Amino acid sequence: MKYLEGRKYVIQAIFLAIGAVYLIKLFYIQVLDDSYKTAAESNALRRVVQYPFRGLIYDRHGKLLVENTPVYDLMVVPKEAKAIDTLKFCQLVGITLQEYREKITAAKKYSYVKPSPFLQRLNNIEFAAIQDNLVDFPGFYINARTVRSYPHKSLSHGLGYIGEISPRQLEDTAYHGYRQGDYLGISGLEREYEKYLMGKRGVKYTMVNVRGIEKGSFKNGAYDTLSEAGQNLMSTIDLKLQEYAEKLMEGKTGSIVAIEPKTGEILSLVSAPYYDPSLLTGKELGNNYMKLLRDPVKPLFNRPLMATYPPGSIFKLAQALIALQEGTLTPETGYPCNWSLVRCSHRHPYPANLGIAIEQSCNPYFYQVFRSVVSRGRSSNVYKDTKLGLDAWNKHIKSFGFATKLGIDLPNEKRGLMPNSQFYDKIYGATGWKFPTIYSVSIGQGETGVTPLQMANFAAILANRGYYYTPHIVRSVGENGKQVPEYSVKQYTSVDPRHFPAVVEGMQKVVETGTARFARLSHIGVILCGKTGTVQNPHGKDHSVFIAFAPKDDPKIALAVYVENAGSGAIAAAPMASLLVEKYLTDTIKTAYRKRWEHDMITGSFYKWGD
Amino acid sequence: MRTSYKITQNIDWVTIGLYALMVTLGWMNIYAAVYNPENITSIFDFSLNSGKQLAWIGTSVVIIIMLFAIDYKAYDSLAYGIYWFVILILLGTLVLASPIKGSRSWLVITESVRLQPAEFAKFATALAVSRFMSSINLRQQNWKDQAKLAGLALLPPIIIILQNETGSALVFAAFTLAFFREGMSPLILIIGAVAVFVFVLTLLIPQWYLAGIITVLMGLYLWMNYHRIKRYLSTYVGIWVAVLIMVFSVTYFIDNVLQEHQQNRIKVLVDPEVDPLGVGWNVTQSKIAIGSGGFFGKGFLEGTQTKFDFVPEQSTDFIFCTVGEEHGWVGSLIIIALFMGLLTRIIFVAERQRSVFGRTYGYCVASIIFFHFLVNIGMTIGLAPVVGIPLPFFSYGGSSLWSFTILLFILLAIDAHRKLDLGR
Repeated sequence: MKYLEGRKYVIQAIFLAIGAVYLIKLFYIQVLDDSYKTAAESNALRRVVQYPFRGLIYDRHGKLLVENTPVYDLMVVPKEAKAIDTLKFCQLVGITLQEYREKITAAKKYSYVKPSPFLQRLNNIEFAAIQDNLVDFPGFYINARTVRSYPHKSLSHGLGYIGEISPRQLEDTAYHGYRQGDYLGISGLEREYEKYLMGKRGVKYTMVNVRGIEKGSFKNGAYDTLSEAGQNLMSTIDLKLQEYAEKLMEGKTGSIVAIEPKTGEILSLVSAPYYDPSLLTGKELGNNYMKLLRDPVKPLFNRPLMATYPPGSIFKLAQALIALQEGTLTPETGYPCNWSLVRCSHRHPYPANLGIAIEQSCNPYFYQVFRSVVSRGRSSNVYKDTKLGLDAWNKHIKSFGFATKLGIDLPNEKRGLMPNSQFYDKIYGATGWKFPTIYSVSIGQGETGVTPLQMANFAAILANRGYYYTPHIVRSVGENGKQVPEYSVKQYTSVDPRHFPAVVEGMQKVVETGTARFARLSHIGVILCGKTGTVQNPHGKDHSVFIAFAPKDDPKIALAVYVENAGSGAIAAAPMASLLVEKYLTDTIKTAYRKRWEHDMITGSFYKWGD
Repeated sequence: MRTSYKITQNIDWVTIGLYALMVTLGWMNIYAAVYNPENITSIFDFSLNSGKQLAWIGTSVVIIIMLFAIDYKAYDSLAYGIYWFVILILLGTLVLASPIKGSRSWLVITESVRLQPAEFAKFATALAVSRFMSSINLRQQNWKDQAKLAGLALLPPIIIILQNETGSALVFAAFTLAFFREGMSPLILIIGAVAVFVFVLTLLIPQWYLAGIITVLMGLYLWMNYHRIKRYLSTYVGIWVAVLIMVFSVTYFIDNVLQEHQQNRIKVLVDPEVDPLGVGWNVTQSKIAIGSGGFFGKGFLEGTQTKFDFVPEQSTDFIFCTVGEEHGWVGSLIIIALFMGLLTRIIFVAERQRSVFGRTYGYCVASIIFFHFLVNIGMTIGLAPVVGIPLPFFSYGGSSLWSFTILLFILLAIDAHRKLDLGR
């Protein structure tokens, strides 16, 4: 045991060695090295943050959607701004003495020695007037920054906006590196791609004496870093189509989502009513935001991603596909249009096969299709049988992207709703429901919720005959334009691709001779495939919905149009979709007849033809 | 117990004197740190940290009296009880506390009174470890006992890391010094030192170059001394592989395990340009404050850099900046000398204990105080990563002052009765 006692000297030596090392290092920085003294004597090491140029956003053809314009902030360091002629200063910047005191107090409250913004977002003229006279006012200086501006007024919801970081975010370690007064993406692409767009801030240390005059850089700029501009985004949006779609939705409420089925790239994303994105930038951001927030038509609500509606008759296509997969339906199956099961929308010939049923959008037919999937006799107990059937159905329907977040590169995507047995058990109890309770799901009413994005994705699945790519709005990030890899994975549904042609034939008939025959594109030689929907709305006029893709054999565009309170799918959504496809494929609207139609769509005077 | 035994005669008044001096100097520097020449307030003003610290000091005196009043045998016999009680509170805090700045480590008693149980885990663990040590023989290669000991010392820091208070958890590494005194293989200390050395090297040199350099040097050494050392060839190759593994795992650890702000705190040691808006700025400002103090300093309350917020956390973690700026190198010398004196005295006190329990506990106290000294002063002068742990007896903060007071005075209470202890 004794020999261990010697170890006390080892430990003691470690202690003393560290003490000695620290004293030597302290002697070096305190006595030998003068640069720290110089830095302290000049009494302020001013750190000027160099804000990087935020990344720009382009449309798919390289047209600029978002750019930066310079603005100027007047900064103040309260400690240095003591000996100034306050009255003269107030005249210069055009504020009252009262305002001056308030602003200085606020700045002091943040920090006595760190710069804080005194007047923000001065424009060029104000800047020029102040800049020249600023030498008389130590402690004040101009910091140049940029704000977002928009050459076009489109895509407000997709682009989102940037705003000042909130006090709560500043406390959060996830926002490490941000400082008070910093701007960051609050919604849309600005938020989703913040880490690419923001760039890297630089910092410059300059030594300033008590009079606020620069005495050169600290340690010859050894501690300075250059700012790095943010990366640009190449979006998938087709600006021309986007603008056209927004024009069609002018004054209406609803959504348009168009997707390129071959890639999952979103061509246009309209949420109506929309707003001018430049409202949420510059000095008036706060006021305009509150105005938009209080607007009863909710222009800030991003409908394509966040509004969940019953899909209506477009859902019949999914019902048919699932029944085909389950083997309870063949393309040749006929069911009577039996009005005692459920009312049909109109009188039509006997639906002798699936094609006719889709063409005529026969409600009783799809009632029976859905029942054949749900009530298959898996159990002798009728309640249990319905449960098993519904849960099997639910698995299929989710594979179409319904009731799941698709994973679009925009924030706040909603999941939507597709019922399963648990859902109904909660409402009615375990033995409180069976098929007649839930039949309305067969025609896309009842307990269903689908976002317009999911509808457009469904159209893309039909266009691709069985798969989709995750819809996305950014094609590449940065100069080299590398594609975002997670969006190039084919996602198959649980329905075999061989079942799709029969349903697509039906969709062709819908446009040729069925409910949407006025939306035909035969005059430009394109076969449009689509399906109308008219969603019952307990609060007012029906919602008009249409999904489509074209051309039939080489689909270039798939889309969903959802117009709230416009009536049947055939009178508003279908013509709009038809116009959009024509515009996208040929760049014009051809005949005089369709031009008049276009005018009527924009003004919202929909024709009264039935569906 | 003999009633004639007077503990006052056996109390170690040297340590108490050092303690009182340090706490008083700390209090005055806290005042200097929060002192605002535009708005002069009294050192007793309770709305400022200096006034609050005085309250913490006052309560510490009460704690000290209580610690002497308790039967000294209780520290030994209740060691495990205290330990598990603190573990329970740590777990409770982890689960129940609402996060403050991303860390679930605070027990909020009132709006202005918050305690950090992690601080109290130090003395509790020291007690438990010492108790365990007194019941085993560390040098006997009983891996079960060694594992139990390691478990006792590692459980609290693991919980504390889960609370996201990595800095406080690191302190528990200090126990290795106490273990070393009681017979732990010196190899572990040497490996630790080599690890730190390699760690610093990996910051300076890219990992593949470093691996290359090590391999070449090793190869040259083996080649030149081949005949002499060929018997131990496998040992040398083993060392070589171990160092390489260390190199790559350190880089992996820094880049993949640590969060970005933690990476920056380490990288700033060799490159002040890392994170110039965050921790890089703090270290630069801290060095300017200390460096501007010169030989004699600017004088009490005359500092310019440590006022306001050039330096962050001036009255807590960066309190040493105030000392350095206002009292210069002489002030730094006094503070460092005080710590060296206290540590030497604690070792002296520890060595005169008759029980293994008392001695081990003494070394635990010395090691913990030393670790805080090492990291806290080191970070203010750019020699240690920025880890938010306080400078014992100087930094503002109730939890910290209380915990160091308890830590130190349990030792003095045990020491005051050392003549009653027959040793084991």
